[in-house]
Amino acid sequence: MNILPLKAMFMLAWRNLWRNHRRTTIMLAAITVGVWAMIFMTALMRGMVDDMLLNGIRSLPGEVQIHHPAYRDDPSINNSIAAPDEELLKALQIPQVTAWTSRVRVPAVISSERDTRGVVLLGIEPDSEVQVSFDADTIYEGRFLEDSSDRGLVIGAKMADHLETDLGKRVVVMSQDPDNNIADRGFRIVGIYKAKLASLEETYIYAGRDTVQKLLKLGDNVSEIAITSEDYRNVDNWYPRIKQAAGEGVETLPWYEVDTYLGSMLAMMDGFVLVWIIIVFLALSFGLVNTLVMAVFERVREIGLMQALGMRPSTILYQILMESLLLLLIGLLLGNILAVGTVIPLQAGIDISIVAEGMEMMGTSSMLYPALKLNDMIMANVIVIVLGLLTSILPAWRAASYDPIEALNKT
Amino acid sequence: MTITLRMAWRNLWRHKRRTWLTVGAMVFSNLILVFSISLQLGSYRMMIDNTLKSYTGHMQIQREGYNDEPKMRSSIDAIIPLADKVRKQLGSDTVAARGVAFAMTSSEERSYGLQIVGVEPEFEPNVSTLPGLITKGSYFEHSNAEEIIIGSVLARNLRVGIGDELTLLGSGHDGSFAAGIAIVGGIFESGIAEIDRSMAQLPIGYFQNLFGMDGRGHNIVINAPELSQLSSVQHAVNNILTANDRLVVLDWEQLQPGLKQAIQADFTSAWFMYGVLIVLVAFSVLNTQLMSVLERTREFGVMMALGVKPARLGSLVITETFVMSGLGLAIGAVLGIAMTYYLSIVGFSYPGMDQMAERFNLPDRMYPSLSLLSIMLGPSIVFLFSLLASIYPAIRLFFLQPVAAMRAV
Repeated sequence: MNILPLKAMFMLAWRNLWRNHRRTTIMLAAITVGVWAMIFMTALMRGMVDDMLLNGIRSLPGEVQIHHPAYRDDPSINNSIAAPDEELLKALQIPQVTAWTSRVRVPAVISSERDTRGVVLLGIEPDSEVQVSFDADTIYEGRFLEDSSDRGLVIGAKMADHLETDLGKRVVVMSQDPDNNIADRGFRIVGIYKAKLASLEETYIYAGRDTVQKLLKLGDNVSEIAITSEDYRNVDNWYPRIKQAAGEGVETLPWYEVDTYLGSMLAMMDGFVLVWIIIVFLALSFGLVNTLVMAVFERVREIGLMQALGMRPSTILYQILMESLLLLLIGLLLGNILAVGTVIPLQAGIDISIVAEGMEMMGTSSMLYPALKLNDMIMANVIVIVLGLLTSILPAWRAASYDPIEALNKT
Repeated sequence: MTITLRMAWRNLWRHKRRTWLTVGAMVFSNLILVFSISLQLGSYRMMIDNTLKSYTGHMQIQREGYNDEPKMRSSIDAIIPLADKVRKQLGSDTVAARGVAFAMTSSEERSYGLQIVGVEPEFEPNVSTLPGLITKGSYFEHSNAEEIIIGSVLARNLRVGIGDELTLLGSGHDGSFAAGIAIVGGIFESGIAEIDRSMAQLPIGYFQNLFGMDGRGHNIVINAPELSQLSSVQHAVNNILTANDRLVVLDWEQLQPGLKQAIQADFTSAWFMYGVLIVLVAFSVLNTQLMSVLERTREFGVMMALGVKPARLGSLVITETFVMSGLGLAIGAVLGIAMTYYLSIVGFSYPGMDQMAERFNLPDRMYPSLSLLSIMLGPSIVFLFSLLASIYPAIRLFFLQPVAAMRAV
């Protein structure tokens, strides 16, 4: 029998650990704090990025967009595309697509009797727009558009303030038609909305799609088709199908290419989480190695005796590793419990409106919802165990390579 | 060298490996702290500088309420004489008046709704970097030139070049219809997409004429020689304005609250992370010092029996920690400086950062900047917390009974 039965090894490790209960407790506290910080911080960051992506994709809008190839560089009325043809309509029936909408989106100028502003005029089809982009419950005065031939206009609360206008009043919207003639039209404001991000309120005004198409002499053409699905992460599974159906003449892009800032966020976040976990681990590892070195040091005689009694060096190595593993496991358990225990009460949202305008620059709203992801937790735990055992090998190996006679004679 | 210091030094090297591991933890944290704090402080300054220098300026005189509700009518009367007066009284050239309006801007092929800024051609280059970034054409010759200067992306979108005509349609100061023509005189390229896409400037004379401003404007931009002198300059400007109580001076924090808050948010989350590192180091020190006190129980018992006071033993333990933390501080700071200095020359980037950086007007490679503050701040806090962590082991000594201690194993 060259290896102790697992149970005996476990008992030995457990008792050794509590021989010096102060040292073990301090080390456990350090591991617990470290693991808590890893998971807690990651959950906050993930929550922020999730929010940023959801908001971002909803205001793009959609996870996949179809445009005229020149539209993104030059968002003008001239770069419009035809309404979806039969083939595209069929492709849009696939189960992954939960909603889609087609919109006219052109730069415009809005004037009240008081002031003039530059805006983006959206000609929309209200029923599908609500599913893809617009939150109907953000209308706080009046109503949203009823159908695509609605003759009213919906503007943001901030914009209404700037223009010193109000529900029911008339404003003039000016843009250009494809021949670069100024096209203008009076609209009655039928609704005022409040967006999560204040800058949106100042940018977008909504009118019925048919009304805008008539105003701009567009026929049935639109500026973009926006398509949304269940989960933005899986967009690669289905967007090639849409791309194929949309044909060569137009540009079909997933969200991470439409807005590369959003696209880069996910990769950056994954990198950040990994770096953070490793830094915390490294800070912990010094203490861990120290604890093990001390534990070995004070037991030199004992280890020598065990060797003299016939215990193999490998068994001693496993014995020390078992101690380290136990220490790590208990620390991880406590750390995970603490992290879950602190994240869950915060899931209703943390109010960070004190820095709201700063967060808006990054594209997030003023409530932070921590997102505890199983993957992140698994990553943190695996990294701590694997790297923790690796760093324990050195002290364990030293313990195993003592010469029994010298060790026994040590005071 | 006092006897305490000598003893502390020798005690530390009784357990070489333990001491080095503890110092290692400090060095590691200090390295990270020096680097991240240098990076943070450096990029904050750059964010502020780049944002303020391109357009906003350090502070602005505005009509009360204009900042919250920038309306055409919240204007400053006789703005040019006022700007002259401010220049004279401050003895500074970095003062320039501006007017702001919206207009539908059309070329032959395209139309865009734009914010149009009227500027003083003589003084605008002193407060903004944009006039210096003109890549085609030139800046305004005089205040009544019927010329317009636009960003490069805007020029591309409007499909115009130097010498082409743009038609401006908007509403004037009294709400009446305002229309005019301006020739593209210059095109600038700032590299900040938002500005290149949306900025259009007219000389203020022509601007006032076109929009029926009748000598009025909307703000006077003032730059202090250094950001650190901001409050004294602001105070001086306030004194000039006492005659007109409807005007206010706003500093950049009020003009760009987003910038300030983005910095605050970043600062807070960064300090949470630093805090975790510092606490972990403190645990490490606590562990080491507690162990080293416990294993010397007999020794301390003997010393007390020989008449050494507990306070002396306590100060010995604190001195040990002091020496150890001092080593951690020195090595950590030196390595931190070396690493940060290297990176401040070659720069570094990580995937996706360029997109993030663009949002905050930063270049796509980051260059941390070393300063005494950024070098010493992190390591001193680590030092302080290490000392605090050794208080508990030191206090235990006061409860040591010499006789029992000498019998301890």
